[in-house]
Amino acid sequence: MLMTNLEHVETAAQHQEIIESNENVMICAGRMGPMCIPVYAAMEELKTEYPNIKFMDMEFDSPEAHVIRNAPECAGFMGLPFVMYYKNGKVAKATTSIQMKDQIKAILDQYLA
Amino acid sequence: MQNSYDVIVLGGGAAGLTAGIYLSRAKVKTLILNEGMVGGQMILTYEIANYPGIEQTSGFQLSMTMKKQAESFGCEIQQNVKISEINLEGETKLIKVGEIEYTAKAVIIATGGRSRNLGVEGEDTFKGRGISYCATCDGDFYTGQDIIVVGGGNSALEEAVSLTKYVNSVTIVHQFDHFQAFEHAIEVAKANEKISFIMEASIDGFYGDEKVKYVNIKNAKTNEISKKEIDGVFIFIGYAANSEQFKEQVQLNKYGEIIADNNMASSTKGVFVAGDVREKKIRQITTAVSDGAIAAVNAIEYIQK
Repeated sequence: MLMTNLEHVETAAQHQEIIESNENVMICAGRMGPMCIPVYAAMEELKTEYPNIKFMDMEFDSPEAHVIRNAPECAGFMGLPFVMYYKNGKVAKATTSIQMKDQIKAILDQYLA
Repeated sequence: MQNSYDVIVLGGGAAGLTAGIYLSRAKVKTLILNEGMVGGQMILTYEIANYPGIEQTSGFQLSMTMKKQAESFGCEIQQNVKISEINLEGETKLIKVGEIEYTAKAVIIATGGRSRNLGVEGEDTFKGRGISYCATCDGDFYTGQDIIVVGGGNSALEEAVSLTKYVNSVTIVHQFDHFQAFEHAIEVAKANEKISFIMEASIDGFYGDEKVKYVNIKNAKTNEISKKEIDGVFIFIGYAANSEQFKEQVQLNKYGEIIADNNMASSTKGVFVAGDVREKKIRQITTAVSDGAIAAVNAIEYIQK
């Protein structure tokens, strides 16, 4: 279980339901590791700034996280966390490795505005 | 809008949080401003096993405990802020975050350091696509593969050894003809059959498609460039002090580290320094904590004069 204050995605079915029922979704698939924790923290802070976006995380090592690990947009990714940005149920952007709050904001403004 | 404090601490890593604990426990009105998430470099450490009194913890847990401790004494902490202006001259110090002005009688600079990048072609493009800065995080993506570790300090050699659990081979590329690591770390790396060395050389560029396929390695003596096919590169080339914002206001050494005396006082009156941003030899959580406590006690003495 990820020790964050974000809502967790626990199953592939839940993942599908969330991206279909919310226009804008950001999901960070990671571990409680040094490259992932700053991303969760930035997401927690951005929740109030972007009320139109659903911010969630998912345990990278859960078998259910294959929906992110094996997504075509993550081909070639070799750095945690894998972060997916969904717009109307489709992947708008995917990133690998640590991203700072400013970098995340730039992606949110560009792809999930 | 103006907010007045006795002491403002810039930076919320081990040094800054310790200063916050000492200051606020002494009933000194204290604000910590941190440009990222509190914890600093400490948060980038998976496992801490040498912090006295705590057998084993993670950087995240220790950071959160320090933050909670500081806040419990009344310390205000703002993280992920963007500091727009700093004026450390005169008796009243001014820090601006956007349009908000904060003033203080004393400032403690504890802005820490950051991992150095190589700054060569392809490094940004392939971050997370064959370039990593964390062996514990990303090592398992390279299982059975051939990788390079760049660097010659303790981190580079220790992480190279730890990566041999996953990978087929590790080539350590180091710019000098000798290592800066402790002798024990060098011996362990040299004894590992999976590790080989390219000395007096540096990476000149990363190339590939959706991930790194090869690097160019430059020989430091001849400047000759050779191509090496590789699955991944881990970079551990030390830290740079986060001191750019202060270079006109306090004295720095040639490495950009802030010079301070034994009381952690900088060259500017009322400005103290603590942690990795300070000129010193040993950069550990324990030494940052020590700096933070010393800076706080002397800042208290300064404002009470």
